[in-house]
Amino acid sequence: MFAEYSTSELLSIFAMQGVAGLILFSVFVLMALGLAIIFGQMGVINMAHGEFMILGAYVTYLTSQVFSTYLPELFSIYFILAMILAFIVAAALGALVEWGMIRHLYNRPLDTLLATWGLSLILQQLYRTVFGAREVGVTLPDWLMGSYQLTDSIELPVNGLFVMTLAIGISLAVAILMYRSRWGTQVRAVVQNRAMAGAVGINTAKVDRITFALGCGIAGVAGSAFTMIGSTGPTSGQLYIVDTFLVVVFGGASSLLGTIASAFTISQAQSTMEFFMSGSMSKVLTLLFVVFILMLRPQGLFTLKVRR
Amino acid sequence: MKMTMHRTLHLGRPAKAASTWKKCLLTLAASLAIGGAHAAEVNTTGLAVTDTSVKVGILHSVTGTMAISETGSVQAEKLAIDQINAMGGVLGRKIEFIQEDGASDWPTFAEKSKKLLVNDKVAAVFGCWTSASRKAVLPIFEQYNGMLYYPTFYEGLEQSPNVIYTGQEATQQIIAGIDWVVKTKGAKSFYLLGSDYIWPRTSNKIARKHIEKLGLSVVGEEYYPLGHTQFNSVINKIKLKKPDVIYAIVVGGSNVAFYKQLKAAGIDMTKEKPLVLTISVTEDEILGIGGENMVGAYAAMKYFQSLPNDNNKKFVADFKAKYGKDIVIGDVTQAAYLGPWLWKAAVEKAGSFDIDKVRAASPGIELTTAPEGYVKVHPNHHLWSKTRIGYARTDGQYDVVFETKDLIEPDPFPKGYQ
Repeated sequence: MFAEYSTSELLSIFAMQGVAGLILFSVFVLMALGLAIIFGQMGVINMAHGEFMILGAYVTYLTSQVFSTYLPELFSIYFILAMILAFIVAAALGALVEWGMIRHLYNRPLDTLLATWGLSLILQQLYRTVFGAREVGVTLPDWLMGSYQLTDSIELPVNGLFVMTLAIGISLAVAILMYRSRWGTQVRAVVQNRAMAGAVGINTAKVDRITFALGCGIAGVAGSAFTMIGSTGPTSGQLYIVDTFLVVVFGGASSLLGTIASAFTISQAQSTMEFFMSGSMSKVLTLLFVVFILMLRPQGLFTLKVRR
Repeated sequence: MKMTMHRTLHLGRPAKAASTWKKCLLTLAASLAIGGAHAAEVNTTGLAVTDTSVKVGILHSVTGTMAISETGSVQAEKLAIDQINAMGGVLGRKIEFIQEDGASDWPTFAEKSKKLLVNDKVAAVFGCWTSASRKAVLPIFEQYNGMLYYPTFYEGLEQSPNVIYTGQEATQQIIAGIDWVVKTKGAKSFYLLGSDYIWPRTSNKIARKHIEKLGLSVVGEEYYPLGHTQFNSVINKIKLKKPDVIYAIVVGGSNVAFYKQLKAAGIDMTKEKPLVLTISVTEDEILGIGGENMVGAYAAMKYFQSLPNDNNKKFVADFKAKYGKDIVIGDVTQAAYLGPWLWKAAVEKAGSFDIDKVRAASPGIELTTAPEGYVKVHPNHHLWSKTRIGYARTDGQYDVVFETKDLIEPDPFPKGYQ
């Protein structure tokens, strides 16, 4: 099938396809990281994850509106501020939800599943009421929408590179928080043995709240970044939720490294197959592949050894 | 009928209460007798028609995923009903609408349509948007003999006596568009792309047949699941195949992802290398995509908000007066607006609200006041209409760069294209 192309054409296509795979990988990491923290560390299945992402997207939309109306000369940098705001708003809502709902449902995973699903419906209708049923168009600064010409035939999309940088940055930040900070130690202690962690003086309720807020905040940042590549509407969160769960479950629910490894595997498999066959078919094969692996390893790729 | 009612009541009630009921019934009968002959004349089948009013149904999703698309149709139908009422209504009767929410869920559509037809006895229903919702309500409209005015451009392959299709069927939209791009832009090769469901697949099938008939080539044909958000791989494939035209029938949220990623991948549509021709992006969708990401694309459909004729100028002004100056109007919204007007014309031609008479009167109904210009109902229940090509501007509107000279005949079962 490659006979009709020259070597240089093929090389550039492989390079660009590699980049496409890496972009998809970054998107998956961004989507899944927040969920993995909440799911892995707290055992809460947050069905409203997609809606927290879209909250971030709407915050970005509002910020862009404010900037284009009042501060047009600073429009080119509004996106950075929008992401910070998205984090704060989504984390604040996360903390509120944890306080009002989730903390009453610990140790009842199926109930949290239903409750957060209800929350996702409520949030969707809220967005629809506030922002209208139609999608909103988020205007992006020009520098984010261009592409970077590497050679004659290799072009790198700037927004893809931006998402990649962001994914690496956030992963590193989370890793440092988890494994190098005092808070991280506490979180891991609570995961391993809640009663004992409480007995040694860790405020487990507070740790839970911060963990949930952090997970939601990261979802908000992801949503903000996705305004560059996708749509912003009341139900847009649903577009991401399946892939997000796929990545987290496949990676092994309680391991952040597993999430990253799984995002890498799935994204590479999918983007390679998309190149050789149609989009729907490659999705089917990806799902079959994941199902097969999960049959062999029900706990996912990576597991954390916890004494129970 | 009065007698049966009386008897039923008698059976169900103790004798004492019956006399009160008899009085009630007599009053009712008396009130019906005064001028009642008129209502009975134009309505022999028990529809919700009185001397002063007639009930119709509006059935769209105002919640759920499809609310994004269907909101415009609801607005257009309400505007048309308001205007008809301001002109004195239909056969001297004011239109009252009963709105039901299909909630983006096809069984709900079926249930609500049954409610409208059986409980509310509406004289017509304006509604549905996706083909799936239309297919769900179709058996109900046929069983209870209702009349549905369906606004969306769709894949064809259907012709029900109980539906008037006010949007274009696939061949009307596709063939003229491809002929135009071949003739004026010298296109030789096409890359067909779509969301994975019946409308894009059927449409691309027609497009492929037509392209091959013209002796030109299709270098790729691909479908992505609804809601797909990652198009980088297919964009790479397109770059490798270097087609003259990307023929895109992507829908919903995927649209936004596709055009944003196309732009980010360095494909500047204004350079027309390749040229992008779509049949699925109306002004409504551009709101979500952003005009700056869509500029330079061409769309083939029957209506654009920027059409310069007087009917349309008035329509756009009225629409904005009712719903705000920032509102945009897409192809389907205009088609939805035609529904109440076509129904009014058919009722008046038939001189009756009876479904069978309205159906018999429908073929040949013309609207000279349609925003898209002139339309006429074909015996196959679709509309004769022109097809136009729009060129997307940065502000989210299209410039009309071409329109077919004649009205195009609707052909829902195109021979040689299946």
